Amino acid sequence: MSFNPQIAAQLGLIFVIFNMLVLSAAFMVWMERKVCAYIQDRVGPNRVGFEGALQPFADVIKLMFKEQLRPKAADALLFGIAPVISACAAFAAFSVIPFGTETTLFGLLDQPIPLQVTDVNVAVLVVFAIASMGVYGIVIAGWASNSKYSLLGALRSSAQMISYELSYGLALAAVIMLAGSMSLREIVLNQSGAWWGFIPKWYIFLQPIGFLVYMTAGVAETNRAPFDFPEAEQELVAGYHTEYSSMSFALFFLAEYVNMVTVAAVATSLYLGGWLGPILPDWLAWIWFLVKVFLILFFYVWMRWTLPRYRYDQLMEFGWKWLLPVAVLNLLATAALVLWMG
Amino acid sequence: MVPLNYYLVLSGILFAIGTAGVFLRRNLITMLLSIEIMLNAVNLTFVAVGRYWGTVDGQIITFFVMTVAAAEAAVGLALVISLFRHRETLSPDAFTALKW
Amino acid sequence: MDVSVISFYIFALVAVLASIGVVGQRSPMYSVMLLITSFGALAGLYILLDAPFSAVTQIIIYAGAIMVLFLFVVMLLNASREEPAFGLAATLGPRGLKIGAVLSVLIGIEIVWALSHVGLSWFSQDAAAASVSSVAVIGNTLFTRHAFAFEATSILILVAMVGAVVLARKEH
Repeated sequence: MSFNPQIAAQLGLIFVIFNMLVLSAAFMVWMERKVCAYIQDRVGPNRVGFEGALQPFADVIKLMFKEQLRPKAADALLFGIAPVISACAAFAAFSVIPFGTETTLFGLLDQPIPLQVTDVNVAVLVVFAIASMGVYGIVIAGWASNSKYSLLGALRSSAQMISYELSYGLALAAVIMLAGSMSLREIVLNQSGAWWGFIPKWYIFLQPIGFLVYMTAGVAETNRAPFDFPEAEQELVAGYHTEYSSMSFALFFLAEYVNMVTVAAVATSLYLGGWLGPILPDWLAWIWFLVKVFLILFFYVWMRWTLPRYRYDQLMEFGWKWLLPVAVLNLLATAALVLWMG
Repeated sequence: MVPLNYYLVLSGILFAIGTAGVFLRRNLITMLLSIEIMLNAVNLTFVAVGRYWGTVDGQIITFFVMTVAAAEAAVGLALVISLFRHRETLSPDAFTALKW
Repeated sequence: MDVSVISFYIFALVAVLASIGVVGQRSPMYSVMLLITSFGALAGLYILLDAPFSAVTQIIIYAGAIMVLFLFVVMLLNASREEPAFGLAATLGPRGLKIGAVLSVLIGIEIVWALSHVGLSWFSQDAAAASVSSVAVIGNTLFTRHAFAFEATSILILVAMVGAVVLARKEH
């Protein structure tokens, strides 16, 4: 098999994206701890590296050296496979997200390759589908641990996730209606241009309620911020990952942060115009993408350490009685708007 | 290109496996799972033949089949739960009171 | 060997083995997991058949929702007990089971024989089919030609929801 630069570039792209995701999870660990510290009026990690920037790597090394425990009555196969499912689903969902225009790597390639792993014309649904597979990691972890805290946490967590998936999907459907396509690249490209020269044509201005619904559902989907009752430290020990230690726990952790990054990246592509931005040239446009994703992630972390936690029944009531009707109404209003605008 | 026969044969095999499951298993949940296998085999036939004729109707029918399967799974599992509450067992042989 | 032919064989093998696992597996939990694998393989087959929307819908509805429902029931009923009556001697005991098993094998053989002798061979042109299966076309046909079936299905789901809630409620 001769060396094909296209395939090599594609494989290189996959490698880069994978490492970027892992590094972003590490970065998130650091950012979370620093932001949490400053919100709580203290300094946070500052021993390891400049301002504690190497702290996540120290954490990983510590986790690697810990003993890998497994409860005796736990189902060995399912216990081992649950964190793998979580992590795989988290990474796979990122494969259809575009973060730049097509590039030819400064003329090395014959044909430009788009800066994403693959471009499917039902990309939005693919993200949704893989997110709904992420529930299984949690459910299997809770059941296979054979412990009451884990089972309770897993049941609550999965019930929460499938409840908020509905609002998530309805918010996505409204954007699909506006854009007329399900491919994330086309949705981003539909948002290019500006009204009156300076307000960019992002969908967040056309769909403010949809954006709020999406962010709320996204936060609930990733079991974060005010919706993290299933893994609440004070109530349930640690929920579904109580019995996990060392690298399995690290995989769950990684999966959670990568899920956050995916939700932020999809929100950027759908509502904030993806990689589109004013000053930078096309081949540097991915910097805008990173800036926007970083802003949403910062908002995520800020929310976690500012808001109190929802109780479980409040959480379910909110998801079904408030968020879902608002999402449906948003969809109807968007449909009326699209019909009216022709 | 894979010929249409292959898809139909595969669908037939899956359907037969599902039928065998319904006959052979003595556990209500596994019987429901075998019914789902049968429905999936039928879905595969629809999509394959729809693609063969170049029409989109095959996929639309699978859409309806999936919806019906979801409704049937929901009601079936609710029945299983309420049956389990009576007899504490999932074997269909425990519910033979109406047999002559 | 074409990539699509190899992919077909891989997906078909996974689907058949997973389905045999569902039927032959003792623990309902493993059966549910194997069925999810089978659904994933079928979704792969749908993608090979130029039906990406069906593939994604299969994952979202079947593997993502219906199987979660099954999983909940298996977990809550603690249905992880193995059946004592499953085994070749036990299944071939009662007459009904014996006849049923033989019949299902006969169905399988007959269907496979009949379908492999059908005169259909190759699929229609790729370009026409690929443009046909876009989501816009599906939506258009679904809401115009099949509008009645669509509305009837939504009523069906409503009835099923109410029915499931009523059936699973605790009696007072």
